[in-house]
Amino acid sequence: MTWVRANSDRLVELTWQHLWLSVVPVVIGFLLALPLGWMASRYHRFRAPALTLGGVLYSLPSLPLLVIIPGIIGTSFLDPVNVAITLTLYAVALLVRTVADAFGQVSAEVLDAASASGYSRWQRAFGVELPLAGPAMLAGIRVASVSTVSLVTVGALIGVSNLGSLFTEGFQRYFTTEIIVGMVLVVSLALVLDACWVLIGRVLLPWARGRTA
Amino acid sequence: MSVFNEAWDWFTTSTNWHGEDGIPHRLLQHIGYTALTTVIAVVIAVPLGLWIGHTGRLRGVAVALTGALRALPTLGLLTLVVLWRGIGLTPPITALVVLAIPPLLAGAYAGIESVDPRTVDAARGMGMTEWQVLARVEVPLGLPLLLGGLRSAVLQVVATATIAAYIGLGGLGRYVIDGVAIRDYPQILGGSLIVVVLALALDGAFALLQRLAPA
Repeated sequence: MTWVRANSDRLVELTWQHLWLSVVPVVIGFLLALPLGWMASRYHRFRAPALTLGGVLYSLPSLPLLVIIPGIIGTSFLDPVNVAITLTLYAVALLVRTVADAFGQVSAEVLDAASASGYSRWQRAFGVELPLAGPAMLAGIRVASVSTVSLVTVGALIGVSNLGSLFTEGFQRYFTTEIIVGMVLVVSLALVLDACWVLIGRVLLPWARGRTA
Repeated sequence: MSVFNEAWDWFTTSTNWHGEDGIPHRLLQHIGYTALTTVIAVVIAVPLGLWIGHTGRLRGVAVALTGALRALPTLGLLTLVVLWRGIGLTPPITALVVLAIPPLLAGAYAGIESVDPRTVDAARGMGMTEWQVLARVEVPLGLPLLLGGLRSAVLQVVATATIAAYIGLGGLGRYVIDGVAIRDYPQILGGSLIVVVLALALDGAFALLQRLAPA
């Protein structure tokens, strides 16, 4: 506890860095997965390649991908952007399937009814499909969010500072407290973010309340 | 793309193919750790998962446990286990086993649960014992999900074993961790590409296996 109090400024700073490295990839990943997943659910020819690519991408190990990215896009090896891009790729890979399944479960009758009531293609996509697919997509975002918070820590191995730095420092100094504090903060951050997603879901998708997403 | 040329030079340097730190030795180590970890985790998690799926008992606990374990940062667990248990092979392998259990457990109980209860009832009605129901009906029908769990577990171990090089484990992760320490980017990139190829090969093998599995 004394250590926590003495280092509170640093802990707050690391938590903020960890926070943006976790939130940005999930949000951008979702925005990219949305059109891809929608296309995968509507056009059968697009489905298999999109889902296969997502599966392959998701199977790539994190540390290697993290160090290959700067080689491909030419960023500096220590740039936090590499972490953000790697995690965005994972988020897209995970969410394309969720989004495709979420749109896929919107019943055809409902879509026909919307078309029959005079909805254009775009009105139907944004006014009917998106809200109905929302709860299932939110469930996917929550999974992506939890795993992203945990994956950010790997960035510490290549010198990108975040809460994972507490693990590498604690290990080098043989200081268990620092590692445990890091674990508690990472898991807490994952829980807090998860609660935020639930809250955002309540506000944006009030019709899903009381139903399991 | 000059960094990839440098990584290619690293690949084709003959000294990188011999001895303790040579590519064949590191690759075999990595595969060895993965196999060892997976076997131990399967022995622990699969019977437990089958029992949970078959009896429906402890299901809530299993779901909560697998969820909680997923949120735990791998690197934190690895560094902690070394500070607690010292260096050597056992601490990292223990951590890798712990991380491989959730997907295997989930695959096993979800596989059994995915079997239509009417099919299970019919098997019982034909006079099968509980063991026969499990071995001849539930396991074969739940096999696709069981294999899916094994696939995620193996890929998880391949990825985590790379990270475990940080706490002194051998294998392909050495190239990345040692390369970062001496800023040898060609070596980092070369080693990473081998891990990626290994992961893709294993993923492809499992995809094939799942397609061939009778379901």
